[in-house]
Amino acid sequence: MLRLVNVNSYYGLVRVLKNISIHVNEGEIVSMLGANGAGKTTTLRTISGLHPLRSGHIYFNGHEITQMNPGKMVELGLAHVPEGRQIFQPLSVYDNLEVGGHFIYKLYGKKALKIDIEAIFGLFPILKQRQSQYAGTLSGGEQQMLAIAMALMARPRLLLLDEPSMGLAPMIVKDIFQLIARLQAERKLTVLLIEQNARAALRIADRGYVMETGKIVLEEAADELLANQDVKRAYLGREQREIWE
Amino acid sequence: MAFWDEQVECMDRQEIAQVQLENLQATLNRVYKNVRHYRKVFREVDFMPEDLQSIEDIQKLPFITRRDLSRNYPYDMFAVPLREVVRLHTASFNFDDPVVIGFTENDIRNWAELMARNLTAVGVGKDDVVQIALTFGIITGPFGVQVGAEKIGASVIPISAGRLYQQVKIMRDFRTTTLVSTPTVALGLSRAMAEMNVDANSLAIKCGIFGSEPWSEAARDDIETRLHLTATDTYGLTEIFGPGVAWECPEKNGLHIAEDHFIPEIIDPETLEPLPPGEEGELVLTTIAKEAFPLIRLRTGDLTRIDYSPCACGRTHCRIARIFKRSDEVLVVKGTSIAAEQVGQAIARVSGGQPSFQLVITREADADQLLVMVEISDINFFDEMKKQRRFVERLHKEISETLGWEVGVRLVEPGTFDPRKRVRDERRFM
Repeated sequence: MLRLVNVNSYYGLVRVLKNISIHVNEGEIVSMLGANGAGKTTTLRTISGLHPLRSGHIYFNGHEITQMNPGKMVELGLAHVPEGRQIFQPLSVYDNLEVGGHFIYKLYGKKALKIDIEAIFGLFPILKQRQSQYAGTLSGGEQQMLAIAMALMARPRLLLLDEPSMGLAPMIVKDIFQLIARLQAERKLTVLLIEQNARAALRIADRGYVMETGKIVLEEAADELLANQDVKRAYLGREQREIWE
Repeated sequence: MAFWDEQVECMDRQEIAQVQLENLQATLNRVYKNVRHYRKVFREVDFMPEDLQSIEDIQKLPFITRRDLSRNYPYDMFAVPLREVVRLHTASFNFDDPVVIGFTENDIRNWAELMARNLTAVGVGKDDVVQIALTFGIITGPFGVQVGAEKIGASVIPISAGRLYQQVKIMRDFRTTTLVSTPTVALGLSRAMAEMNVDANSLAIKCGIFGSEPWSEAARDDIETRLHLTATDTYGLTEIFGPGVAWECPEKNGLHIAEDHFIPEIIDPETLEPLPPGEEGELVLTTIAKEAFPLIRLRTGDLTRIDYSPCACGRTHCRIARIFKRSDEVLVVKGTSIAAEQVGQAIARVSGGQPSFQLVITREADADQLLVMVEISDINFFDEMKKQRRFVERLHKEISETLGWEVGVRLVEPGTFDPRKRVRDERRFM
């Protein structure tokens, strides 16, 4: 469904993505692991056209979307949830969802938008309760749910999720991941997920890539990555004692 | 027709290319970081892994030979620390130092996956009883078959080779449905059956997977008619996994290489230039999913052709032709490889010089026989008959010990054979 071939990106003179090639099949949850600064977020930003790429190709459902206008990508069915819960804090929850669905409004009119928002409320009952509240007054977990809900308003087929659990309490992280798994099962949504909480991410993912300093160093099924000693040591926090001894 | 993992086995060529590119890049990044040998040879050709743009770029990289592997004895080719390795095998192939191959937990899992594909393709399922008549330890084969069959859920009888009469009894009484062995053992079993008056019709056996030595189409017919089963070939090498690298589907028109795990190339063994698909040359393999022991462009020494056209079975992975010949002075006998050089060293140890010699391999009564012909010269000619005989005995003992089994030794006059050709294969495979 999504295919990257030899993607290179730079910040000024620094090459941050070195020949990245990855793919995501329809209906899969694919997780990207890696330390801070490995280039995971840049990869997502490059896919959704927020960051220029120097060379390489990105294909989505057979279309080349390299450096395409991000608006067009949303039309094709690609939605990006950036890290840090980028919602409109001074707007109400409902208004936020309307903003997320502006594209549906444009194409199908107000009625369709309303139906979609109701469907989203079905997925996120908590947002329904808080629909008239200012988004800025929501808790961290609720804001994250709103951010995901806004992206879902665009009826995406592929969701790019950047660190959905950042800064959230463990209990809420669990909810968020259950939600992602549910989206895959119920809405047949394909997800490319970046996550610091590697264990939680791999538990719901089908496959994973490991990034190191701008390069992919491993591509395996999620359960294999969970068993990989290297990954365990670096990202899952096992074997710590052995290292310190 | 049954598939173990239809999505992977039948993915279209474009998907295969994507998977290969991704995994090749990841593997190169890993070996460059973790294996000194690769770092060195990549630097020699001025190659950085992140420069790899396409699968074809692999041709810029140097080959790796078994000699390189032996030189890095024991653990220098490992890409993971030893404590992550859960199994060690050593290849039968002998230089001064053998090749040591490590497997991580995931490598074993992948191996099981590959063998499960092979077994499922030839019709093995949950209800089958798989008799593994391969020698455990000398070759890696049986371990792979075992993990694969267990993954499917079949019942495994890891019985090892030999004790043929007992095996026939087990085959009959345990209702074995699948036999995995060398073709030689299969024919041995059929002879034992004849002697024991066991009719093939009374057995439950339906398919056989044979490999670890070259065997002809005639041998296949022979095995199929005598044992009443469908015989398919399987190919692998100890350095990579053992079996599971490539195998025949029931169409029997070439062996499918698992292209999501390996990148095959065909080169001219003389010029080392890549050859176009369809031409016969030496098979070169790159592993793209192995963790502990990744190999970049290993020269296998096996001569074959690659066919990328789709197979009637629906699998999209390319097929190699069955392998009967090698490009180097190596003989595959009884499931193990013998290098001419290895025998030469044994002869040199006994005679104190290096007389010309030739290895002649023949097939008598369904079994391979190896004869070592050594040319008579000043260094190994004695006036006394007794001394001469003792010399031949010592030679026989030394070579047999090196190889691990009995060989015939004969002293011959100069001119009996062409001294430049040290290996002569008299078995007819084609």
